[in-house]
Amino acid sequence: MSPSATNQAVIRLHDVYRTYEMGGQVLNALDGVSLTIKRNEYVAIVGSSGSGKSTLMNILGCLDRATKGRYLLNGTDVGDMNEGELAKARNRQIGFVFQSFNLLGRASALKNVMQPLVYRGIPLAERKRIASEALEHVGLGDRMDHLPNQLSGGQRQRVAISRALVGRPAILLADEPTGNLDSKTSQEIMGLIDQLHNDGQTIIMVTHEADIAKHCERIIRLEDGKVASDERQTKAGHI
Amino acid sequence: MNTIFESFRSAFESIRAHGFRSLLTSLGIIIGVTSVIAVVSIVQGLSYTINAQFAGLGGNSLTVRSHTPFKQQLRGKLAKLNDNDMQAISRQIDGISHITPILFTQTGRQGAISYRSQTAFSRVIGIGPSYLQVNGVYPQEGRFFTRDDNSRRRLVCAVGADVIDNLEIPKPAIGEFFMLGDEWCKIVGVIERRGEILGFSQDDYVLLPYGTARRIMGTTRDLDIQIQLLVDDMNRLEEVKSRIRRVLRKEHKLKAGQADDFRVQTAEQLTESFNAVLNTITAVSAGIVGISLLVGGIGIMNIMLVSVTERTREIGILKALGATRQDILLQFLIEALTLSMIGGLVGIAIGYGLGALVASLLPGFPSAFVPLWAIFLSFGFCAAVGIIFGILPAAKASQLDPIDALRYE
Ligand SMILES: Nc1ncnc2c1ncn2[C@@H]1O[C@H](COP(=O)(O)OP(=O)(O)OP(=O)(O)O)[C@@H](O)[C@H]1O
Ligand SMILES: [Mg+2]
Repeated sequence: MSPSATNQAVIRLHDVYRTYEMGGQVLNALDGVSLTIKRNEYVAIVGSSGSGKSTLMNILGCLDRATKGRYLLNGTDVGDMNEGELAKARNRQIGFVFQSFNLLGRASALKNVMQPLVYRGIPLAERKRIASEALEHVGLGDRMDHLPNQLSGGQRQRVAISRALVGRPAILLADEPTGNLDSKTSQEIMGLIDQLHNDGQTIIMVTHEADIAKHCERIIRLEDGKVASDERQTKAGHI
Repeated sequence: MNTIFESFRSAFESIRAHGFRSLLTSLGIIIGVTSVIAVVSIVQGLSYTINAQFAGLGGNSLTVRSHTPFKQQLRGKLAKLNDNDMQAISRQIDGISHITPILFTQTGRQGAISYRSQTAFSRVIGIGPSYLQVNGVYPQEGRFFTRDDNSRRRLVCAVGADVIDNLEIPKPAIGEFFMLGDEWCKIVGVIERRGEILGFSQDDYVLLPYGTARRIMGTTRDLDIQIQLLVDDMNRLEEVKSRIRRVLRKEHKLKAGQADDFRVQTAEQLTESFNAVLNTITAVSAGIVGISLLVGGIGIMNIMLVSVTERTREIGILKALGATRQDILLQFLIEALTLSMIGGLVGIAIGYGLGALVASLLPGFPSAFVPLWAIFLSFGFCAAVGIIFGILPAAKASQLDPIDALRYE
């Protein structure tokens, strides 16, 4: 990899709008957002409730499309992608972590982590091997056969993180990953995410809490669908 | 390939997770397939039995039997053939080599036979001397009836080999007496063994001289006989047939507009007419089965729609993890398919069991036999039902918007 490649923009948004029309009223959940996120950045998106954070994350995660504007993911225009290509991008480029974990309730931890690999056509034995390694990596080597409802909240979120990362995606997107956890467990999860960042993972995270945002190197504040501020900060304890 | 296999696995899991609901859902399919397999196995059994009955009849034989048109049946008038009819045929028509009356005794007391402590039931048939040639059966031991036996109405008989076995008559059986109804009957001949056809014995019958049979059955009653004959020249079969018709119409004093009260049939037609009835039964039951499979399919569609709604969030998660529309479509389609095919398998098993049960309850009925085509056909039908009625719910699932699906409570 050339030195310039490490600085390459993974995400580039240019004047992106997401508009909802409800009963004749037009609402711009995103109102002209432009931003660039480079490889290995650790970004927090903050803002008051309803400011458009989740809307932005869904667009970044290829779950939703911008109404207007351009979104380049690793240099490819997402606006030009068809349904199948979007699914492929979600599978290979993006790892999504949700506030409410969103694990498959009837599948064990291991099967949850194996699921994204099914859509890559990886054979069963190989899937098992990769997924159990990913679970061991988040410290759940001894919980592989547990169903989600047999795990604690923190453990569930670890499973979700390991599922998001099992396919080695370019970006980890986390929408309030600690929103359903107590403060101690939140810190544990943040420790894990910090670790991932140190290993080179690009991370974009939505949060309400200043404590959590402190972990990140860059904080983007949204207000009414617009970028109100975009600041870098040096993080305590990290270089 | 990978995703198809995965879809089958997850289909089995979700069917097992809702065991009772899945059973209820596939009940329509189960009932449909059960009835088609049971009906087919019974019809097949009947058809083998009937074909076996006529197996001995040569291609140049004709059988004349009484036939009551439906209208007459309603009025309670039954058509009959009697000795005079036979006399008329043999006197007025040439080109006939052998002719014999056949009198089937009524079942019940007259079919009861016994020897010492052994009791059994058998088919008792009164026949003329030409019966052997027409039906191609010959005595293996002893002799056949003489004209004297017939005219003196002697109580002598020729029996199928199974009668000897069933009554445990010591061999050689020639000359032994056994009880036929209330009368002592002497065995003068044993007919050569024809064997079994699919479990149906071809050797369980007692042949009596026609005159004797009439005496046993009581001359007072107006008996209905069948007439069998052989035509010399195979090519003149149709011609002889129409001449028999003319003779009998005259004999029965039928007017120009009246329908025949008898039927003249070739060996082929005999089996054909029975097979036609069986085919009708099969067709009617196929129709009923079609309706029940349709109902079963609607049941599957209904449950699959419920299932899609229940699992909206799961679908959203799968899409977020990278499932394409086709992946989701395939998963739900395969689930519907699996549901209907499991129903089909259970139906085939139960239907086969029912057919075997019926076969074992009816004496002289061949053991259950389900042809491979019936199994493949019902299986194919189930698969088609699963796909046709699974496509709508599966399409609905695949079209869900990932964000809406993830937000679904
Ligand atoms: N499907 C929708 N239809 C109509 N309006 C919507 C829809 N989704 C979001 N919105 C609106 O868009 C705006 C932004 O919503 P969004 O979920 O992005 O907020 P958020 O910043 O994530 O808030 P929170 O911190 O509470 O999660 C809100 O005003 C919301 O009402
Ligand atoms: Mg939100």
